[in-house]
Amino acid sequence: MSFLDYAPAPESTALLNLRPEYGLFIDGEFTDGHGESFATISPATEKPIARVASADASDIDRAVAAARKAYEKRWSTLSGRDRGKYLFRIARLVQERARELAVAESLDNGKPIKESRDVDVPLVAAWFFYYAGWADKLDHAGLGANPRALGVAGQVIPWNFPLLMLAWKIAPALAAGNTVVLKPAETTPLTALLFAEIVQQAGLPAGVVNIVTGAGETGRALVNHTDVNKVAFTGSTAVGREIARAVAGTGKRLTLELGGKAANIVFDDAPIDQAIEGIVNGIFFNQGHVCCAGSRLLVQESIHDEVVDRLKARLSTLRVGDPLDKNTDVGAINSAEQLERIRTLSEIGEAEGAERWSPACEFPENGFWFAPTIFTNVATSHRIAREEIFGPVLSVLTFRTPAEAIAKANNTPYGLSAGIWSEKGSRILAVADKLRAGVVWANTFNRFDPASPFGGYKESGFGREGGRHGLAAYLEGGVR
Amino acid sequence: MTIDNAVSPAQRALAVLGDDVTESALKRYLEGLPGVDATGLEQRAAALGTRSIKAASKAWALDRIIELIDLTTLEGADTPGKVRSLVAKALVPDATDGSTPRVAAVCVYGDMVPFAVEALGAAHAAGRATEPGDGLVNVAAVATAFPSGRASLAVKLADTADAVAAGADEIDMVIDRGAFLAGRYGTVFDEIVAVKEACRRADGSYAHLKVILETGELNTYDNVRRASWLSILAGGDFIKTSTGKVSPAATLPVTLLMLEVVRDWHRLTGERIGVKPAGGIRSSKDAIKYLVTVAETVGEEWLQPHLFRFGASSLLNDVLLQRQKLRSGHYSGADYVTID
Repeated sequence: MSFLDYAPAPESTALLNLRPEYGLFIDGEFTDGHGESFATISPATEKPIARVASADASDIDRAVAAARKAYEKRWSTLSGRDRGKYLFRIARLVQERARELAVAESLDNGKPIKESRDVDVPLVAAWFFYYAGWADKLDHAGLGANPRALGVAGQVIPWNFPLLMLAWKIAPALAAGNTVVLKPAETTPLTALLFAEIVQQAGLPAGVVNIVTGAGETGRALVNHTDVNKVAFTGSTAVGREIARAVAGTGKRLTLELGGKAANIVFDDAPIDQAIEGIVNGIFFNQGHVCCAGSRLLVQESIHDEVVDRLKARLSTLRVGDPLDKNTDVGAINSAEQLERIRTLSEIGEAEGAERWSPACEFPENGFWFAPTIFTNVATSHRIAREEIFGPVLSVLTFRTPAEAIAKANNTPYGLSAGIWSEKGSRILAVADKLRAGVVWANTFNRFDPASPFGGYKESGFGREGGRHGLAAYLEGGVR
Repeated sequence: MTIDNAVSPAQRALAVLGDDVTESALKRYLEGLPGVDATGLEQRAAALGTRSIKAASKAWALDRIIELIDLTTLEGADTPGKVRSLVAKALVPDATDGSTPRVAAVCVYGDMVPFAVEALGAAHAAGRATEPGDGLVNVAAVATAFPSGRASLAVKLADTADAVAAGADEIDMVIDRGAFLAGRYGTVFDEIVAVKEACRRADGSYAHLKVILETGELNTYDNVRRASWLSILAGGDFIKTSTGKVSPAATLPVTLLMLEVVRDWHRLTGERIGVKPAGGIRSSKDAIKYLVTVAETVGEEWLQPHLFRFGASSLLNDVLLQRQKLRSGHYSGADYVTID
């Protein structure tokens, strides 16, 4: 046996006490749904984990009514300090149950345990801690004196960071004094349901947080509900458009965090070894299921061959496989549907003339898998350079001058994030200034912090999550 | 000083820099190397440190760590008795388990080399190529006015030649950090070339040369990268982090960076250079992180005594305790392994 074939180091699932079935979490209790229940499966094995209720329009009515009542009678009467107290409690419970939440997340989503353990769950706790601190300081958030909550927020989140996206939505909403009805994605409802248990454990007043599971129809009913004051959505641009259309003219406030096709720009004076790590982290983190993924690598022509060589060598050391193994770097694709989309777009990439390369990978028999892939010889007109693939697929393009790098980076309907790699500080600042992207990382990629606002330009959406800006999205008097 | 000193040619430098091996050519070359982003380097090292090495992989790793150790004593208070005791430990690390491999080398001051050679007897590698498991142990000597390196070149060369003549198989030299930090790369280069020459034995073969950068004094990662390249260009067989007398000694990020240089040298020339982190690696857990970093940066073929070493003393006993634990299923304690 070679040393690099590390012996399996599976994380134990023993502390995970899952129920065979989960209802909807409405008004502080689990109740049956009136839609047809569905199974949530592990994408690594395709085995069912639990059955989950589906909410129909009547269930959404109940959930929104519970949230309204909780808002009017209880949550809006509490002082900021008391709201903060509950949020701190939730943050601590997340930390206490961190291992369990990480295992559940990896099981349901397919992401490697080292990411759910070291990134997702710690950030979830950090988000609640951060906004807990804001709850009694809203007067100082720069939104004028005594900014008021909006009321009931309807929130729809994606499957790529199930629990983290929940935290991004719920923490600021609650801190600002709103109550919420949240719908997790149908392929990854598990950690939201565990979070419902945490809400119960924290003694949060009934109805302040409601979790409704289901597919697109459930989300549509929530977004369209007339008694919702605020809609927050993270997901695809197509669905975001539909939501914007539905919400238009209703007086509901809206924030959208949609797709991206981020440019990761590597200049010839980059710290090369760290840039390689950053490229890998930019696109293969979370199997590339990241809206701000650095899916377009723009590398200066003079170092193109060297970067690609080094990248290939590095990719050959990535471990693809069991998400629950502590040594796994790249886990399973979240669903058969997403796998199909990645395959299709990759085939189109080949057909359009780009050169495809993947390291040799052995996959488990079942489950949804896709080898880390890089495409070289990609032109800006190729579909793999323009469309969001949302998978472990990197398109490599070149540029000759900083001006060309900026032009190519901005030449996309999206504008969520970008990366710059250079040892020259003045160049980083000058280029960052001209990039139309909500987040620009310099000599790093895919780093998140609750104090830092996150959001997009153009078709990547509007509104900001995180930081003081994230509060404004949930307060009257705030801009969006 | 602005005049270009023609520095002594060394084969590698000639091959890489061309005929023009001058102070300014060296400077241009070293300062033209890509920079190192400290945060990114440290994050990568930390990520490698989270690998979970279990079961059979762990058992293999523990044995291999022992086979990669330069068991070291570098004290002013060293005596022939202490060195004999160290050698006995090197030959029989764990008296309760005959399957325990021997360490790669014992590392002592130059004047202690004859005692180490004598104590090793037939187990002394004496210039023969060694393999893991062959039971041969090298004698390494620190030289060149270790640890500060503050002496004239003549003294450093005499120090080296003396240790080689006494039977040292390996020489751990220190670079002139003062000259390096002052930008006098040519001086550092010349010294390494000269020391390498002083490693030549009567029969024309050379003692292995490990070049200690003393990364704790170089301070920045950019400096470590430059010093690594410089040492390789000047003919070093190994680049070594530290003397163990300066804090911080070996760290995982510094070792990772040096491994990256060695990997790049191999890409460039096909030649393999060794790396030796020394000082501060005390637990098996830490040592395993180094093995992971080696394997995932330069490849598993580097986990051989002629390409990777640990400079350590207390590490050995922790590895032995872990080995005992794997064998028996329970932890014993410090009194169940011998002090040397």
